[in-house]
Amino acid sequence: MAPPTPEPAAPSPEHPLDPPLPYTIAARARRAAADLQLQQFVNTATRNKDRARAAAFMAAFGPRLDEVRSLAARIRQHTLDHLDAYLEQFVENATKTGAVVHFARDAAQANAIALAIARDAGAKLCIKAKSMVTEEIRLLPALEAAGVTTVETDLGEFILQLDGDAPSHIVTPMIHKDRTAVARAFVRELGAPYTEDPAHLTLIARAHLRSLYRKADLGITGGNFLIASTGSLVVCTNEGNADFCMSGPRTHIAIVGIEKLIPAPEHLGVLLKVLARSSTAQPLTVYTTIITGPRSTGFQPVPSSSLPSSQPPPHTPDQDQDGPAHLHIILLDNGRTKLLADGADGGAREILRCIRCGACLNACPVYRKVGGGHAYGAVYSGPIGAILTPSLKGLRNYPDLPHASSLCGGCSEACPVRIDIPRHLVRLRREMAASGLTGVRRRIAMRLWAAILQRPAFYRLAAAAQRSLLRAAAEPGVPPAGPCTDHRWLTDLPAPLDGWTAARDFPTPPSSSFRDWWRTRRFEEERP
Amino acid sequence: MNVALFITCLTDNFYPRAGIAAVKVLERLGCTVSFPQAQTCCGQPMYNNGFHPEARALARRMIRIFAGAPYVVTPSASCAAMLRESYPHLLLGDPSAAALAARTYEFAEFLARVLKPDLRALGASWPGQVTYHPSCHHRALGPDDHAQALMRQIDGLTLIPLDKAEQCCGFGGLFAVKYPDISGAMARDKAACILATGAPTAVCNDAGCTMNIAGACRRIGSSGGDQGRNAPLPRFTTLAEIIAESLGLLPSGTGFQPVSSSSPSSLPQGATAGGSAPAVLPPFASTSSSPPPLPSTRPPQS
Repeated sequence: MAPPTPEPAAPSPEHPLDPPLPYTIAARARRAAADLQLQQFVNTATRNKDRARAAAFMAAFGPRLDEVRSLAARIRQHTLDHLDAYLEQFVENATKTGAVVHFARDAAQANAIALAIARDAGAKLCIKAKSMVTEEIRLLPALEAAGVTTVETDLGEFILQLDGDAPSHIVTPMIHKDRTAVARAFVRELGAPYTEDPAHLTLIARAHLRSLYRKADLGITGGNFLIASTGSLVVCTNEGNADFCMSGPRTHIAIVGIEKLIPAPEHLGVLLKVLARSSTAQPLTVYTTIITGPRSTGFQPVPSSSLPSSQPPPHTPDQDQDGPAHLHIILLDNGRTKLLADGADGGAREILRCIRCGACLNACPVYRKVGGGHAYGAVYSGPIGAILTPSLKGLRNYPDLPHASSLCGGCSEACPVRIDIPRHLVRLRREMAASGLTGVRRRIAMRLWAAILQRPAFYRLAAAAQRSLLRAAAEPGVPPAGPCTDHRWLTDLPAPLDGWTAARDFPTPPSSSFRDWWRTRRFEEERP
Repeated sequence: MNVALFITCLTDNFYPRAGIAAVKVLERLGCTVSFPQAQTCCGQPMYNNGFHPEARALARRMIRIFAGAPYVVTPSASCAAMLRESYPHLLLGDPSAAALAARTYEFAEFLARVLKPDLRALGASWPGQVTYHPSCHHRALGPDDHAQALMRQIDGLTLIPLDKAEQCCGFGGLFAVKYPDISGAMARDKAACILATGAPTAVCNDAGCTMNIAGACRRIGSSGGDQGRNAPLPRFTTLAEIIAESLGLLPSGTGFQPVSSSSPSSLPQGATAGGSAPAVLPPFASTSSSPPPLPSTRPPQS
């Protein structure tokens, strides 16, 4: 007996960002196309952000904005080209400050390290800042399973956690929700009175989170940058929640992808300028925190007998008023070294330049029309996700992502570190075609088409045949038109072209081609 | 000045009038236009779909065919971008690819950067309202929007700004067929913005975008969208045609098009230039209805 089909209204049992593989985009794209309210949220939010970004760049850098982007791109690319050296430097310097640096090969190892630290700390309550890397390794369910209650403290992520939902944008994770959804979640989960006022909603969340900050014994953050020359961790937020996570609990774990390194503090200046403008059109995020090492224990008394009296006491760092007693930095690979290995011009290494600003998502018309990030079936969505996800998790598992793009180039125009995303999409399509992952029908069609285009006589024959067939099948066109504009229209093309007429009408060629005109014209002009 | 026309396969077969207009305008501006007959397609469909050996063979073919031309001009921005941006990547280290890229221009760009005509001084006049969709491949050709600058030189022409002009129309070649939900939503958005301008004429210099947007406008019109059933649809045309019409090299277009042959166009013919010009393009074989040849304004050869 066939199992009963689930109710269509029932929530999908699969995690939106961790679907069964191979993942195909069609079902979620269709659902989003039918959900006009969702499209409206995402459209409005992304277009406003995209415009604000462009204006902020223009206001700050004027006609030199491309030079700034190039500089940021060079800094990132240089670091990646010498990542082995900078990683060593970072580990050495971070260790000197008292931080403990761990390397994690993959998600499982990163989670195991984090859980071991939590266990050693005897952690019961963890407060966590927003971090895409922790989504990537699915850290939160691992902590919960180990008995560590974990609370998302970024307002958007906090709401998503209450709703059992997943982020749909790298920077603004609940772009797919509106305030009524938040109001309902607060009533249901926090017992708060119903209000749709954003200020009130924020105050409710704030009161709830503050009560937890004081009790937490473990803080977890990601990191926007790691500075090799100082061993520092840089975390940017607008809510200050990450600062609570880094300063209250005795133990702090920062989980950061190995690609987030930069050489020195002076490079941070450039990248912070483009990061905040690209993300939220701000000159700088409200909280931009650089932490170097755990809480300093301050002055260590040295026995006076061991010192010559003429010398001043040895320099010791000031005692910190806050900060974790134990700082752990987990550097995550999880497939990144595979991308790093492809260092050719236009190779996959360039993708690692990404600083997760989200500008390409806001600029992308496909992202808008699929209702945001969930349609990508992975943690990293939008244009950068379309190239990063198949590169990290396999083209075989995400065969649609490189193809579900019109290659319009809005993303690469917005990218502050000049990742040529359309070219990477085409590169991935090439890898799919070369390794036989592209469908048989498409392979045959492309090769046949290319063979026809190699021979002008075949091309003319095929064009004439196409003209006759299409015109014969179409409704007659508008009468008052010449042979070069008398298009007819088709409203229902057969497979495999039915996708066109599913969404729009198809114009047939007019009676005559340009070639016809050229031939006749020359003939007339050569006549005496 | 010798110019070889790269017509592109879509313009050749679907929008020949754009090519005819380009030839007439270039000749009017003093160019000698040749049309290498062996040309077919630049290979962009193969390139974009990852079939690079096939695309490479077509690229080599194009390089051979246009080897002798000092300038290659094409009425399509996306095909110009293919020659300019993608050939050098496809044939890395091949100097002939870089050389072709350096000689290739999109039509509007060729006018603005090489010929630099003063359309106003040539008496260009085109009374009417147009809206303009800048196709995405203009991004690859540089930041300047030459088409708009040229249209501003035409007397009587009013450009109506297009909302979300920078947003892609959703064509993307096979993308439009393979992902109709995504591509269709993009096309509907673009079509709605075009219809909202109320302009009787829409200018778009990429045949693929035009097929997509015109098709989406027609679907909205015939399905009773915001614009209502059988609302008049704008006439889609190209910059080359507008300039050709403005200089009297082609008869003026007809403005709004009815959705179906049975519903008459409800709009005044305000967009036609010159009352005496026939409202439609005459059959090209008929010499009697061709506009009279214009006196040469060939600029002095340098």
